Amino acid sequence: MDLLWQTAVNATYAASYMALIAVGLVMIFGVMGVINFAHGELYMVGAYCVVFLYAQENFPFLLAVAAGLVFVGMVGLVMERTMFRPLRNNPLGGLIASIGFLLILQTLAVFGFGRRMGHVPPSTQGKLEIFGAILTYQRLFVIVAAVLLLAALWTFLRRSKFGRALRACAQDAEAASLQGISMNQTARIAMFIGAALAGVAGALTAPLVSPTPYIGHSIIVTAFIIIIVGGVGSLEGAVIAAVLYAFVHTFVTTFFDGVIANIVGLALMLAVLVVRPTGLFGAKERA
Amino acid sequence: MVFLFAALAVLPYLLSYSQQEIAVLLVINVLLVSSYRLLTLTGEWSLGHVVIMGVGAYASALLAKRLGVPVPLSMLLGASMAAATAALLSFPLFRMKGFYFLIGSFAAGEIIRLIWKRFTDPFGGPKGLKRIDPFPDIDAGFLSIDFYEPVNYYFLALIIVSASLFVLHRIERSRIGLTFHAIHWQDRLAESVGVDTFRYRTLAFVIASFFAGLAGGLYAHYVGAVNPTRFSVDQMVYVLVWAVVGGTATFYGPILGVVVLTVINEIVLRALGLDTARPLIYGAILILSVLYLPDGLESLGPRLRARWQRWRGGPAAARGEAA
Repeated sequence: MDLLWQTAVNATYAASYMALIAVGLVMIFGVMGVINFAHGELYMVGAYCVVFLYAQENFPFLLAVAAGLVFVGMVGLVMERTMFRPLRNNPLGGLIASIGFLLILQTLAVFGFGRRMGHVPPSTQGKLEIFGAILTYQRLFVIVAAVLLLAALWTFLRRSKFGRALRACAQDAEAASLQGISMNQTARIAMFIGAALAGVAGALTAPLVSPTPYIGHSIIVTAFIIIIVGGVGSLEGAVIAAVLYAFVHTFVTTFFDGVIANIVGLALMLAVLVVRPTGLFGAKERA
Repeated sequence: MVFLFAALAVLPYLLSYSQQEIAVLLVINVLLVSSYRLLTLTGEWSLGHVVIMGVGAYASALLAKRLGVPVPLSMLLGASMAAATAALLSFPLFRMKGFYFLIGSFAAGEIIRLIWKRFTDPFGGPKGLKRIDPFPDIDAGFLSIDFYEPVNYYFLALIIVSASLFVLHRIERSRIGLTFHAIHWQDRLAESVGVDTFRYRTLAFVIASFFAGLAGGLYAHYVGAVNPTRFSVDQMVYVLVWAVVGGTATFYGPILGVVVLTVINEIVLRALGLDTARPLIYGAILILSVLYLPDGLESLGPRLRARWQRWRGGPAAARGEAA
C-alpha cells in the first residue's frame, strides 16, 4: 500500500512537468500547424540554463529557472522567424527543419558542457511526508510551478485579447487574418510561450534528472505520446493525457521496468491512433 | 551508364582501407534510401524504415547464428521477414495518413526496437548480437574470394544493390508504380476509378521493406554486429535527410543525396577534423536545403540550366522561365 501511494505521488510529479512540455508542443502545433521535433531539445536547453547559471555560476535557483524560461522562449522566437515562418505552407518542411534544429542544439550543448551528465545540486534538502509517502521540496516545487503556470496560461488564453487572437488563428488562420489579426504576431507569441514552457520544465527538473545533451530524445517521445492520446491541438486534452500517461508509465516502471513502461506507452499511442486518431479529447480538426 | 559502372569498378582501388569500408556502407545506404523513396511515392513518410532494415539484419543474423542457415539464403529470408513485418504493420498503420502515419510508424518501429533491447534471449538486449557469421568465402580452386576484405564485399554489395535498384526502377515504371503516383497526388480520384488504395499502399510498404531488410542483411554480415542503437530514430533522421536533401521526385534524387552527404560527412568534415561538429553541420544543411532547395539537389541541374538559358536570352528564355 505504501509503495502504491508513493508511486502515485511520484506519478503526480511526472505528470506536472510532462503537462508543461506537452502543452507547449500543442500550442506550437495549434497555431502554426508544425510538429516541433526539437521540442525535447528546448527542454534540454532549459535544463542547461540551470546547469550553467545555478550549478556553475551560483546564481539563485529561482533566477536560473526564470532565465531558462525567457532564454528558451527567445530560442523559440528564433525558430519561428528563421524556419517556421518561411515554411508556413509546408508542414513537412517545418518538421524536417526542426529536426535540423535539434541536431544543432544538441551539438551546441556538447560543445558547451560535454557529453557527460551535468550535475546539479538540489536547491533545497527539505521533504514533505504525506501519509507515509515522501515528496521532496524539489519535486513539490515542480508540481506547484506547473499548476501555477498552466493556470496562468489558461487565464491568458480565455481572458486576454491576445488569447482570443491565438485561439482564432488556431481555428482558422485565414478567417482570423481577415479580421485583422496579425498572423506573424500571433505565431510569435505562441512560439514564445510554447518554447518557454518546455524550457521551464527543463529548468525546474534539472536538479532531478541530471541532464545530458541527448535527454531530449526521451522527452519528445513522451510528448508525442501525450499529445496523440490527448488529441493533437487540444490543450485540456494534453493536460489530462499527461496525467494519464504519467500514472501508467510510473506504475509500470515501478512494478515491471522502464523499457516495458516505454513499450506500454507506445502501444497506448498506437491503439489511440488506430481507434480514434483525433485523440481521446480532440475535436475533429485542430482547435 | 557504362561509364558509371566503370567508375564504380575502379573506385575502391583509389581509396584507403577505411575509405573502402565507408564505400561499402555507402552502397548499402543507397539501397536503404532508394527503398525508402518507393514508400514515399505513395505520399507517406515513415519514421520506421531503419527499424525495418533492422528486422532484416536481426532476422538474417539470428537465422545464420542460431539455425545455421547459409548466409546468402539467410539474407533473403531476413528481407522476407522485414516484408512480412511490414505487411503485418500495414493493418494498423494504413488506417492513418500524413502526420498520423509518420507518428504511428515511429511508435511501431520504436516498439520493435525496445523489444530487441528488452529481451536478451534471443535478441541480445542492449548489447545486441555479436560475431555474426560473415558472408562465406568463395573458394573454387581457380577463384578464391575472401569477403572479409572490404574491396570484395564492396563488389558483392554493388552487385546486389544494382540488381535491387534495377528491380525498384522497373517497379516504379510499371503500372503498379504509376498507381503509386496516382495515389500520392489524387487518392480520392484513384479510389473513385476503382484503385484499392489500401492494397497499393501496403504493396509499396512491403516492397520497400523487403529491400530495406536486404540492406539490413548486407549490413549485419559485413559489420558482424547489430544492436538496438544502430537502428534508432537518430539513424532514421539521416535517411530522411538524404531523401530530403537529394529530393524524392526522381529515382536518382535520394541516391544523389546519400552520396553527396556521405562524401561531405566522411571525407571533407573528417579531413577538417570537425568530428564533434558533424551533427551541427548536418542540421544546418538540412534546414538550408528545406528553406532554399525545397525540391532537393536533383532540382539543381534543371534550375541552373534554366538560369543559363535565361542569361543567354533568346527563345530558350521563355522555356527557362517556365521551368
